[in-house]
Amino acid sequence: MQTEIILKADQIGKFFYSPEKFKVLDNISFTVNKGEFVSLVGKSGSGKSTLLYILSTMDTEYQGGLTIDGDLVTGKKQNALAALRNEKIGFVFQFHYLLNEFSCLKNVMIPALRLGRYSRKEIEYRAYEKLRMLGMHNQALKPSAKLSGGQQQRVAIARALINDPLIIMGDEPTGNLDSRNTDIVFEAFQKLAQEFGQTIIAVTHDNDFADKSDRIIEMMDGQIVSPHFNP
Amino acid sequence: MRDQYKHNIDTDISITYIVTSKRLTLIASLGVTIGIAIFIFMNCMTAGFTQKSNAMIFNNTPHIRVYEEDQISKPLFKNNDTNMLNLISNPKIVPRSNRIIDPERIVALLKSQPEVTIVTPQIAVNIFYNSGMSLITGNASGVGIMEADQMFAIRSTMVEGKMEDLEVFPNGILLGVGVASKMNVKTGDNISITSSRNITKVMKVAGLFKTKNSLTDKTKSYISIHSAQQLMREGASYVTDINVDVVDFNKAADYSTRFSALTGYKAEDWKAANETLVSAANMRSVLVSAISLSILLVAGFGIYNILNMTISQKINDIAILKAMGFQSSDVIRIFVLQGALIGLMGILAGLLLAILLVFLTSRIYLGGDIGYFPIVFDTYIFIKGSLFGLFITLLAGYLPARKAANVDPVSIFRK
Repeated sequence: MQTEIILKADQIGKFFYSPEKFKVLDNISFTVNKGEFVSLVGKSGSGKSTLLYILSTMDTEYQGGLTIDGDLVTGKKQNALAALRNEKIGFVFQFHYLLNEFSCLKNVMIPALRLGRYSRKEIEYRAYEKLRMLGMHNQALKPSAKLSGGQQQRVAIARALINDPLIIMGDEPTGNLDSRNTDIVFEAFQKLAQEFGQTIIAVTHDNDFADKSDRIIEMMDGQIVSPHFNP
Repeated sequence: MRDQYKHNIDTDISITYIVTSKRLTLIASLGVTIGIAIFIFMNCMTAGFTQKSNAMIFNNTPHIRVYEEDQISKPLFKNNDTNMLNLISNPKIVPRSNRIIDPERIVALLKSQPEVTIVTPQIAVNIFYNSGMSLITGNASGVGIMEADQMFAIRSTMVEGKMEDLEVFPNGILLGVGVASKMNVKTGDNISITSSRNITKVMKVAGLFKTKNSLTDKTKSYISIHSAQQLMREGASYVTDINVDVVDFNKAADYSTRFSALTGYKAEDWKAANETLVSAANMRSVLVSAISLSILLVAGFGIYNILNMTISQKINDIAILKAMGFQSSDVIRIFVLQGALIGLMGILAGLLLAILLVFLTSRIYLGGDIGYFPIVFDTYIFIKGSLFGLFITLLAGYLPARKAANVDPVSIFRK
């Protein structure tokens, strides 16, 4: 497969100013190819989550440059970044963060309704497809609060996929799940990367999860210590 | 390809939030309901009071009264020429008649003004009503009864006899019911009246009237202009006042200055003639506005609080929405719309409640000079109340919404 760079971090640095000035990221540079499944690992405080939120475009206070899909995003306006996230990035968090008042289906549909690329009917069909892929189509009309944690996380992944994003970012997506659900989530990610060419960048504490991914970026004290590729 | 569909997802989310938190929504809109209802109710009440008090004033006060004012003699005549003496005199009223000279001309002049509706000359006479030993002070208005009726609606106050008889009998008199009962007379009886110029005339009671002011009923009577001239020992051209009604009585003060200049006589508008009543009405309206506005403001705070609470509860939702690409303006729209919908529901219910309150209050009978409770159903007040309510709810929604829009999603996710 021809490699195509989808995300490029160029000498990214960041300070925390409270309680005192502290360099949390130091000169981070790396690239991620299209269809790659990357795990970001490291101890607490190593800066991996901070890095993920900079890559996600939500955190804009950093030095250096970030390029996504060949487009320099550093310095863009908030509204432009929001539009970019809506279209190109999907998120999966440790605490699933579904909107409790809505059904699973509606939760999945919301980002697509915001984007407005398809009609409501098409969006509903696509949302069902995404839920089916994660084995959740039977629960589609249930209120999201009624589901178990593992089920909620699968719905959250379906929501992250609804706009066919280029990159899916996870902040400990399996952090709160039992091993069975962890496997389901991992397989879903793997399938997305291999079959649909979507790029996955996930922060994780789970070594098994990391070992199974294509590549591990390990961080320590704000620097990358071992960029290595899994065989 | 992009953005070809406009799904109103913001509206969707607002409505879902409202529907899923019925109790909070209900409490917040109930606050608005009560605020709006009280605001409208109290303002309708003020309008009713003002209307009632104006009606009482216009029962015996014209919009503008043109008369000759007493003049004070100049106390000091200063001479610039040092060779001549300065003339000093005591200040006192210049002893001249307070009649209006050539009233026909002034009446015609006033009638030619476009904003004037009725012009009628009048002679005010202070009199005693005599009946055997009883002697009652009072005042008689010498009027052309048909024109005076247009101005003061005398016909509607008649309880006995016929108003028109004043034109028929040369010595007819219309008495207030208070005077009549003290004098123990009824229609068709004769009474004698004595004027301040010591002329006594026997008058025939042509009818009795009862206004809504018992003091007026105890002192006032209407006689023909000729009888009044006789009582004043004056000729046929003697007139003391010219009463003027205008199209819009609220502008009477503006017209009066112009009429003064036009006629050369003092023109006094009804507000100046009834300063106490007018200032009391002003005080009442300030008081009621302040109270009703603060009630509305409290309702606004209700919405503000509840939206603030909702936003704290939904802070995770806000963060995830922003992560998924919702812009600050989307977040503001979601919560402002929520506030506006709560406000709108409250306003609609408030309008209904206000209609009910006004209706019920208008059925309360107070008796006395007042009759039914003076309250008016004024559409303008209802519109004003709704607009105020809408403004306050939008503001109360916008402030928390702006806070929500500024939520930094990263700080929420990292907690």
